[in-house]
Amino acid sequence: MNAKEEILARIGRALDGTEETVEVPRRYRRSLDEGTDVVELLIDRLVDYKANVHHGLESIEAALGEAKKVVVPADLPAGWRRGGAEYIEDDALATDELDGMDAVLTGCAAAVAVSGTIMLDAGPAQGRRAITLVPDHHVVVVGRDQIVGHLAQALPRLSRTDPQTWISGPSATSDIELQRVEGVHGPRRLDVVIADL
Amino acid sequence: MSTAFPKAAKVALGMPQLRSNLAHATGTIRGKRAAVAAELDDWEQLRDAASAVKADVQRHLPELLETFERNAIEAGAKVHWARDGAEANRIAARITREAGADEVVKVKSMATQEIELNEHFEAEGLAAWETDLAELIVQLAEDRPSHILVPAIHYNRTEIRDIFKGRMKDAPADLTDDPAALAEAARRHLRRRFLSAKVAVSGANFAIAETGSLVVVESEGNGRMCLTMPETLISIVGVEKLLPSFDDLEVFMQLLPRSSTGERMNPYSSIWTGRAEGDGPKDVHIILLDNGRTDVLADEVGRQALSCIRCSACLNVCPVYERTGGHAYGHVYPGPIGAILAPQLEPGRHDDLPYASSLCGACYEVCPVKINIPEVLVHLRQTGPHGAGEKAAMGAAQAVMARPGLWRAALRAARFFSRPWRRRGYVRRLPFPGSKWTVSRDLGVPPKESFRDWWKEHER
Ligand code: SF4
Repeated sequence: MNAKEEILARIGRALDGTEETVEVPRRYRRSLDEGTDVVELLIDRLVDYKANVHHGLESIEAALGEAKKVVVPADLPAGWRRGGAEYIEDDALATDELDGMDAVLTGCAAAVAVSGTIMLDAGPAQGRRAITLVPDHHVVVVGRDQIVGHLAQALPRLSRTDPQTWISGPSATSDIELQRVEGVHGPRRLDVVIADL
Repeated sequence: MSTAFPKAAKVALGMPQLRSNLAHATGTIRGKRAAVAAELDDWEQLRDAASAVKADVQRHLPELLETFERNAIEAGAKVHWARDGAEANRIAARITREAGADEVVKVKSMATQEIELNEHFEAEGLAAWETDLAELIVQLAEDRPSHILVPAIHYNRTEIRDIFKGRMKDAPADLTDDPAALAEAARRHLRRRFLSAKVAVSGANFAIAETGSLVVVESEGNGRMCLTMPETLISIVGVEKLLPSFDDLEVFMQLLPRSSTGERMNPYSSIWTGRAEGDGPKDVHIILLDNGRTDVLADEVGRQALSCIRCSACLNVCPVYERTGGHAYGHVYPGPIGAILAPQLEPGRHDDLPYASSLCGACYEVCPVKINIPEVLVHLRQTGPHGAGEKAAMGAAQAVMARPGLWRAALRAARFFSRPWRRRGYVRRLPFPGSKWTVSRDLGVPPKESFRDWWKEHER
């Protein structure tokens, strides 16, 4: 018997005589209370995570701050490439080249207000995972209509089998005396631009 | 039967720095967890759903595993099966060598600790580098993790600074014990390694049958580095980690971060499905690991331990864990979950662990998947090898546990009667028949206030 057959046989023996199905009670929430201002809630959560929040596409320049070399996915809208920074399109840049970038500018797939979570799923204006990871500063544009209140409302918006990254604030660790320190290996600075797209 | 726990616990109890580090850390995290759990008015409904999903997964494990395998293969992953740790280690080492590498970077993973992958790699002349800050500290100190979530919880900042200065070649000479400075030192130390690693090894928090996807939940970005940058990725996943569908994340991704780090959401979660063209590793392997899990599954009471999502909430509320630390348990899974999982995963080697509990029930109340840990503890005490005194004491405990009022009264009574024998807060010896129980363990510990009362008070 190969390992797979043997493990499946062990499971079969272990389950012998166990009743078939357990009913899953799904009485939990799938949305927030009606009338919740999800944009305000998202901002509150982001600030709590020590992310910087900006309003309108015109604030992209300010969000990028001092960054001179900014990597962007090739399909990033032209109207987002603002200010005097040099925008470098990612066409399979080598890791060392990525490491030389000051910042990355992308969009996202969805954002969950209640937990302050921005979701990337390799869709439009998001690029591959490495570009939002290696540069130390991530500026992400979130469309107002991409913001939902609850996690259960965001999942249907994601492309399930594409690589996903859910981001809730900048990189952080609490490994030393459980004190949260922003910034270990992921981007240490996260700027969120909330805009009508 | 093994008496390793009482001995190790006695050693730990004599280490005041360890106990104060632990008390501080577990106290902090208890408060955070309680606050974010209380924010959700459907917390109990989420726990009910999670508990049922996991129980259902266990009933349907063969179909779900086959569905997962099929979908993962279709998406470009290579799926391997491992009967035990040795087989998983062999497969991982072979893949590493075939990739032309002699070292791997690792994301924190309980499964790889359980199978001692690092030690196995070392024996084969391969190096495995931990990249999680806490794991890095523990690895540099040549120590063992003492907590599921915060493996270096037993060190304070000054001790960590000393470890970095003594063991990390590129640590700055003027390194302070400021956590931000320590994190910066770790970032610099690992950066080159991340950007040049050929092979990474990870575990997974969840494996989704419907899509063949894996999920890794983390904070620092070391997980993203390992999952994204190398050419080859090896993920070692216990067979119990399955979820039927992607939408089940709507339950588990609310419960896990809030129970674990006490955050509304952890900074980073990665979800990937096989290979993605031009994005991340080109060679993606998944090793499905049994290593005793099917034996646990065979026990109708004990199998609920397989629902564990390794959040560590039960450790943080456990009065025994808080006093002894993780090392006393002598297994990678410490605390209440360790006390029910270790003796089942390695029968005969941890028979004393089911007694490392005062049965106060706090672990059950915080467990996001509602594992009835006290029930399993009592069950293991009754089915495992033990002396007559233990059997008698535990039989009575189970009877009163069935009736919470009686149980609370019994705890109060135990507290009262143990008073004359109490020394520095620990019960050293009880009069017969309890003496049979306490003689080998100081940790019968009915605390001054019953732990249930204590916990209710401190939960805020
Ligand atoms: S047993 Fe429950 S509380 Fe303990 S680590 Fe597992 S899921 Fe968390």
